[in-house]
Amino acid sequence: MIAHSIFFYFFSIIAIISAIMVTASKNTVHSVFFLILDFISISCLFIMIGAEFLGMIMLIVYVGAVAVLFLFVVMMLNVAQQKNQWFASKSSSKHIPVGLIISAIIFFELIIVVGGWKYKPNLVETNNFSKINEISNTHLLGQVLYTDYIHIFQISGMILLIAMIGAIVLTYRQREGVKKQSYIKQISRERSEGVEVLEVSSNKGVKIDD
Amino acid sequence: MDYLTTIFHEVYKILFLLIPVLVSVAMIVWLDRRVWAFVQKRQGPNVVGPFGLLQSLADALKYIFKEIIIPASSNKVIFILAPIITMTLALIAWAVIPFSNNQVLADINVGILYIFAVSSLGVYGIIMGGWASNSKYPFLGSIRSAAQMVSYEVSIGIIIINVLLCVGSLNLNDIVLAQEKMWFVIPLFPMFVIYFISALAETNRPPFDLPEAEAELVAGYQTEYSGMMYAMFWLGEYANILLMCALGSILFLGGWLSPIEIYPFNLIPGAIWLIFKILFLFLLFALVKAIVPRYRYDQLMRLGWKIFLPFSLIYVVLTASYLFYFNLLPTI
Repeated sequence: MIAHSIFFYFFSIIAIISAIMVTASKNTVHSVFFLILDFISISCLFIMIGAEFLGMIMLIVYVGAVAVLFLFVVMMLNVAQQKNQWFASKSSSKHIPVGLIISAIIFFELIIVVGGWKYKPNLVETNNFSKINEISNTHLLGQVLYTDYIHIFQISGMILLIAMIGAIVLTYRQREGVKKQSYIKQISRERSEGVEVLEVSSNKGVKIDD
Repeated sequence: MDYLTTIFHEVYKILFLLIPVLVSVAMIVWLDRRVWAFVQKRQGPNVVGPFGLLQSLADALKYIFKEIIIPASSNKVIFILAPIITMTLALIAWAVIPFSNNQVLADINVGILYIFAVSSLGVYGIIMGGWASNSKYPFLGSIRSAAQMVSYEVSIGIIIINVLLCVGSLNLNDIVLAQEKMWFVIPLFPMFVIYFISALAETNRPPFDLPEAEAELVAGYQTEYSGMMYAMFWLGEYANILLMCALGSILFLGGWLSPIEIYPFNLIPGAIWLIFKILFLFLLFALVKAIVPRYRYDQLMRLGWKIFLPFSLIYVVLTASYLFYFNLLPTI
């Protein structure tokens, strides 16, 4: 049990420090790397409480895909060069009170939610959780997700699909003069079309029309 | 005291796994170059040691004694971190590979997800290396590589779902044991082919080695690296290739199961069979490298998103409906 708590404090301290460093670090790319470290340590915490499926999915989805896109955007926009002049410049300093108010509101909301949460008296011995010892986490999740919560599951899938289509529609534009290659045309090209044998008479040459 | 014995025991087991993996990575590099040479009617490395077997060790020695050059304008911490991450991630994934019924370092419930997660983290070594070099070619190479690896991960994930539908468990040992009657390569043959091609793209092997296409990008994300750091990228890359071969043989070729269940073949331990299967897949990897020309980048993306993804999705539906109709769905 001692090892368990040592690891718990290890991962949670890393999670908190890296979460602070996301906002505090001067280089934007470093911020994204700290965010990734935060994701990884949180998924380690998930694994420690026995939610191994959730932890692994968190790694795959957030670290393996979402954070890569973050990195892409940050690297492509070249915001790393701007350093952190946000606080220094006079013009943007009026944003700071607004940000402070918003973060204070979120903080109080979190306090209300966490403070008002009613924990079950004995989490392990209640009926819902007694199954955990018999079958694995993933099986249990699948049984609940595809039976009791199927509609919510489907709706969340639809929302993601709509978001994806929306993103494509917003960014897609048809441009003129873009050279496109047709694979079928390229592959189905044969020798008889590409090569032509001509009789070349001397001193006259041939006229090649394209 | 009891605690210390456990730790020593674990360290012993880890070393017993890691050292063979590292040695076999060195050997596999030699094999790769040798096969490549034979296809092109050359000799390949044949000078150092018998049949040139010690060539990789000689190379490693050379890398160790070379100077490590860190570019002045690079981001030094990330520049040094990148090869370390690549190599570590390539090695930690071996923890869950089962070599026989009980020869596995960590027999966890979500073994296949663990491997998938670790291989999806592998992209960071490349992005970090390319970005921290602060140079045009490495950056282009790393951007290409990241897009390529993320795209092909999607199709590998869906192929894994196909196998999991037939198994009903995420544990790698269960996946192997489910193939006792028939290897999954027979009912899921198209998926095996797609897995093989996606694994080539995932490990940046030719014909999908666009991140380091030497004709266009010098050496891609490795351009600024030298000495031991370059060797670590290299080791990580080949360890990853071996891992993909191991995963392929576990998912489709029955892992440590013997192909024929009759008397003399029963005696051979499962680890030997697994190694044979890994070598077989690696031989295919090496042959593909020698035979197939490099893909163009848009062709690569088209292959991943427009052909492999829809096809493997349709195959998921097919597999699920087949299992459901004939009442073959695995029970817990």
